[in-house]
Amino acid sequence: MSTAHNVRHYPGAGLVTWVFFLWLYAPIAVVIWLSFNENRLVSVWTGFSMKWYEAALSNRALLDALRVSLTVAVVATTIATLVALSAAMVLSRNETMRFRRLSETVVNLPLLLPEIVVAVASLILFSQLGFSNGMARLIVAHSAFCTPFAFLPIRARMQGMSRDYEEAAKDLYAAPFTAFRRVTLPLILPGVFAGAMLAFVISMDDFITSNLLATGGTTTLPVYIFGLIKQGTTPELNAISTLLIFASLIIATFALVLSARSMRRG
Amino acid sequence: MTRGKAVEVFNVSKRFGDYQALDHVDFTIQENEFFTLLGPSGCGKTTLLRMIAGFETPSEGAIVLFGQEIDRLPAHKRHVNTVFQSYALFPHMTLAQNIAFGLENLGWDKPRREVRVAEMLELVHMTAFASRRPDQLSGGQRQRIALARALAPEPKVLLLDEPLSALDLKLRQAMRDELRALQRQTGITFIFVTHDQKEALDMSDRICVLGQGRVQQIGTPAEIYEEPENRFVADFIGETNFLDAEVIALDGARARIRTPLGLEFDAAQKGLSGPGPATLSLRPEKIGLQEQATGNVLTGTIRSRNYMGGYTHFVVETGGASLRVSRRNAVSQAESYAVGQEVRLGFRDESVRVLAR
Ligand SMILES: Nc1ncnc2c1ncn2[C@@H]1O[C@H](COP(=O)(O)OP(=O)(O)O)[C@@H](O)[C@H]1O
Ligand SMILES: [Mg+2]
Repeated sequence: MSTAHNVRHYPGAGLVTWVFFLWLYAPIAVVIWLSFNENRLVSVWTGFSMKWYEAALSNRALLDALRVSLTVAVVATTIATLVALSAAMVLSRNETMRFRRLSETVVNLPLLLPEIVVAVASLILFSQLGFSNGMARLIVAHSAFCTPFAFLPIRARMQGMSRDYEEAAKDLYAAPFTAFRRVTLPLILPGVFAGAMLAFVISMDDFITSNLLATGGTTTLPVYIFGLIKQGTTPELNAISTLLIFASLIIATFALVLSARSMRRG
Repeated sequence: MTRGKAVEVFNVSKRFGDYQALDHVDFTIQENEFFTLLGPSGCGKTTLLRMIAGFETPSEGAIVLFGQEIDRLPAHKRHVNTVFQSYALFPHMTLAQNIAFGLENLGWDKPRREVRVAEMLELVHMTAFASRRPDQLSGGQRQRIALARALAPEPKVLLLDEPLSALDLKLRQAMRDELRALQRQTGITFIFVTHDQKEALDMSDRICVLGQGRVQQIGTPAEIYEEPENRFVADFIGETNFLDAEVIALDGARARIRTPLGLEFDAAQKGLSGPGPATLSLRPEKIGLQEQATGNVLTGTIRSRNYMGGYTHFVVETGGASLRVSRRNAVSQAESYAVGQEVRLGFRDESVRVLAR
């Protein structure tokens, strides 16, 4: 790569980089800063305080919404990852399969369809079927739109993995499932992990579908926060946002370390 | 010693779509044999090996392993192990775990497995590395572990797909000797795939030359080199001079030929059905220069000289034909023939092989 141009040497590259990061992170920095403002009014700084964090963490409705979000995300991630794993196995190890391209497109389709359309369609379908359990509705819908996000990294990892390993396992007398469990799965684990993380984040973040399908008692965190904003921004909202930012950072770091570790072994 | 049949390949063909990768391949490998599949890249060697291992199915024909037809037996039930070209060591397992993998699947208990793993590590001189992972090894060490892993379950047949091609020259020579010794020591039938004719000549009991998906010739290394049955084999194995000639009479395996160089003599033939045009194959080391020129003697002019250490290669032009001549540098005399010099050159009738053109 020594002959390739290093982008950093272009004039103005430094400036553009700084503007970009400022544009990306300035709003977040402001939110974090204001979450420690003692005053109820966002625009007036009257001193440092942790009271909005106290308020947020003792807010029952907020904690309920968080619980709903986590439950839906964990269950939907599990389902989506399992479906994606099966799909990736079949699609990348069966070159002669009929309708292979078509199947792959079908798996990835939710990425391309506008979410609002799918959400409305789901709402209508669920009503028609008389399917009214809010939590179950959320889980079904989330599993569906999370699947392609879980699928892509698993598929990529699977295609990057030489088929020799699986054949070596079979050559050494491993029955198909043993070969999968002891060789294929450990080797694609970084991809599975990345896919699950992505699915989890997408589910936690979802607003449109959750807002349409939620019933009383199954308000997710984004839906709850949106409700708060309608009543005007408060420092409590800033505190909640700051907590979410740090939670995301911790999860992302954890994921990065884990996947780096398994990459090194793989 | 009478030996049984280890692997029988009956008229096997393999098509990938419209592409005919193997075309009616047919041979038998004896028990305890070091059998080599030799051929240029893309001639179907790997495909054939994969069919024996159970990763491909023949489009036509059958494969029999120790008297048992295996066409419907999945790979994990065939008592055959493979040393993969890429080695395919499991990166998430230690070397000991890699070697034990096959034994676990066969249901060996732990103490027995441990004994066998230690034995195998010892066999390939890697005992000190048992708890390392494959990415901490050099190419040569990986190759040994791949070998140990494949030998551990005591296969009846070991398949080796170009196992030496990724190693550097020095190591390759050492591994040739080691593999050969290992085969003798274990008595396992080896099916060795290579595109390197020197490797094949050096190691094999018998060689099967594959070309364009077909068996070109099967024989001992000496037979393949000295008595090639067609132009492909003569050309692929070692170096040779091809000369156009005319067969004027044919008597079984012998042909009376006339060459444009003005010579007429009898030589061994293969693949001809009657008088007519033919090709002569004459190996460079079988042509003598000056005082070594015996038999059919010609005169020519040296056009080029390449000093190769143990040998010197000359190109000698004689009567419109260019002949490659190689001369062993037993004394430094070979050096003394200069480009442009007139020399006598000669070869004996027995050195010539007459083949179809
Ligand atoms: N799965 C496959 N699909 C299509 N063509 C294949 C496949 N495997 C091998 N071939 C083709 O068959 C021919 C023989 O391949 P191979 O057995 O790998 O040759 P070799 O090992 O002698 O180099 C090659 O032309 C290769 O492209
Ligand atoms: Mg090959």
